[in-house]
Amino acid sequence: MIPLLRIELYKIFHRPRTYISFGIITAIALVIQLAMLADGKSFVGFALQAVSEQFDIKGNVLNGYLITYLILQTLLIHIPLLVALVAGDALAGEANIGTLRLLLTKPISRQGLVLVKFTASVIYAMLLLLWLAIVALGLSTLLFGTGDMINLKSDAFVMLLKDDILWRYLAAFAFAGLAMMCVAALALLLSVFADNSIGPIIGTMGIIIVLTIFSTLQLPIFDAISPYLFTTHMIGWKGFFDAPVPYDAIGRSALILLIYTFVFVAATIFVFNKKDILS
Amino acid sequence: MPVIAETKELTKRFGDTLAVDKLSFSIEEGDIYGFLGENGAGKSTTIRMLLGLIYPSEGTVYIKGTAFNNRKRHLLQHIGAIIERPDMYGYLSGWDNLRMFASMSDKHIPNARLHEVLEIVGLKGRETDKVRAYSQGMKQRLGIAIAMVHNPDLLILDEPTNGLDPQGIAEMRKLIMQLSKEHGKTILISSHLLHEIEQVASKILVIHKGRKMVEGKAAQLLNPGETLIEAETLPCEDIAAKIAPTQWQQFVQNIDPAGITFKMHPGQVPALNKWLVENGVQVLELRSKHSLEAYFLSLTHDTATPDRAI
Repeated sequence: MIPLLRIELYKIFHRPRTYISFGIITAIALVIQLAMLADGKSFVGFALQAVSEQFDIKGNVLNGYLITYLILQTLLIHIPLLVALVAGDALAGEANIGTLRLLLTKPISRQGLVLVKFTASVIYAMLLLLWLAIVALGLSTLLFGTGDMINLKSDAFVMLLKDDILWRYLAAFAFAGLAMMCVAALALLLSVFADNSIGPIIGTMGIIIVLTIFSTLQLPIFDAISPYLFTTHMIGWKGFFDAPVPYDAIGRSALILLIYTFVFVAATIFVFNKKDILS
Repeated sequence: MPVIAETKELTKRFGDTLAVDKLSFSIEEGDIYGFLGENGAGKSTTIRMLLGLIYPSEGTVYIKGTAFNNRKRHLLQHIGAIIERPDMYGYLSGWDNLRMFASMSDKHIPNARLHEVLEIVGLKGRETDKVRAYSQGMKQRLGIAIAMVHNPDLLILDEPTNGLDPQGIAEMRKLIMQLSKEHGKTILISSHLLHEIEQVASKILVIHKGRKMVEGKAAQLLNPGETLIEAETLPCEDIAAKIAPTQWQQFVQNIDPAGITFKMHPGQVPALNKWLVENGVQVLELRSKHSLEAYFLSLTHDTATPDRAI
């Protein structure tokens, strides 16, 4: 398994398009940071309009922690897309360029190949998140400094003290890793059905977008299924910015994401083991 | 010789389509086994079943006497293959591709072996180039290097001359002979081109619409006594009348004003040519066509009597 994983990572990181994702993350973070540098004060003023009449808010509100929190909103759509670009390509891309049949004439098991593809996709997703942490958290705190963080919610706002924030980000990134692992597993599952990577990538994003609509629309019919959708739990990282932190809800979300991941990977192995390789 | 690969009643259905129908054959050690059939005859499907890429609907593949499905991973150690096009990772060098596939073997393969196979296939000095810069012939050669790097007993080459120019085809033929004679490999080579197979194969299997039509030693199938000679001539109205009373009449297969087809030993061609010229028939060209080609055509255009023995 280890030599195969090394090969898989070698392939991923020798492919120029792999680095486009890191460029996109950098661009997203920089665009938000530059926008906040240019017009951040009015943004914060607008955002705090409702509470500024009752509270006197002073200090460096527009700080690196708040900017990072804004950048992390991209975890719902943008980062899953970048993860799907690699995981959705994992099997379908090999089928498309014709290397899948060559791979499977070597003495490796199909199950082993799926697990290696999944592990490599997860490692790639983790590196993306690490890079996001560096450019979002690192650069934002460099550019905007640190300070207490205001987390504005629809019905409340949470004030987090400066010294009580960093661990929350570490925990949030770790949770985001779970969510992206689930996305990678879904993209890999779709990848097994296709002979080119466009379908799995679009399919993954389509499923995430549709299920996110189900998760966010406040309609009774969707309320019944929403707790069971993985997209509902992908935003569980936000819980780390509540006070007190809802550990039970976060733990439940993490468990559901793990179950979905397991089911997606198991289904991929099952389908791939039965599949005739015609590509 | 011991049997290295064998199929018994191998059958594959895709929905209602029967791609391979109860195909049984065996490959002995040292064979260059020619697997011949038209496009769509079921050659690639059979080869994919031999390699475990496609699951048979019925029947069994045996490698070295062991049912393939029972010990697939272990048995693949004995096989190297290129299937249809030699597709590899274009953004990596030839060396990287070779090293990568070599490391998938259960045994450690030293770099010296990689250099050795590059030397054998004639890619030494080009291994650091990106594969996307390779010609089709170079890709085929790298494909063979990848197939044989773990020193398998059986090489399966599915249409290895596809997309090659005449020089590339000749070089590939030479390489296949070299792999058999100098490196002791048993080779299964498939093609839809008879002349490709007949120049290298020691045994030949012809399939049509997924069924075995004929299997036998190439030397037997290529009996020179059965050679067809096509004589292309300028229009000659009384040619039939001229031939009728002569000894050549017994060899005539077909006759028309623009040419005659004879079935005879190639050694008789010079005498035939002399007679034609002396009797005022202006010969443009004499072409020999092995009987296997005619036989192959008759087999693949008449499926009523499959599985004939030679």
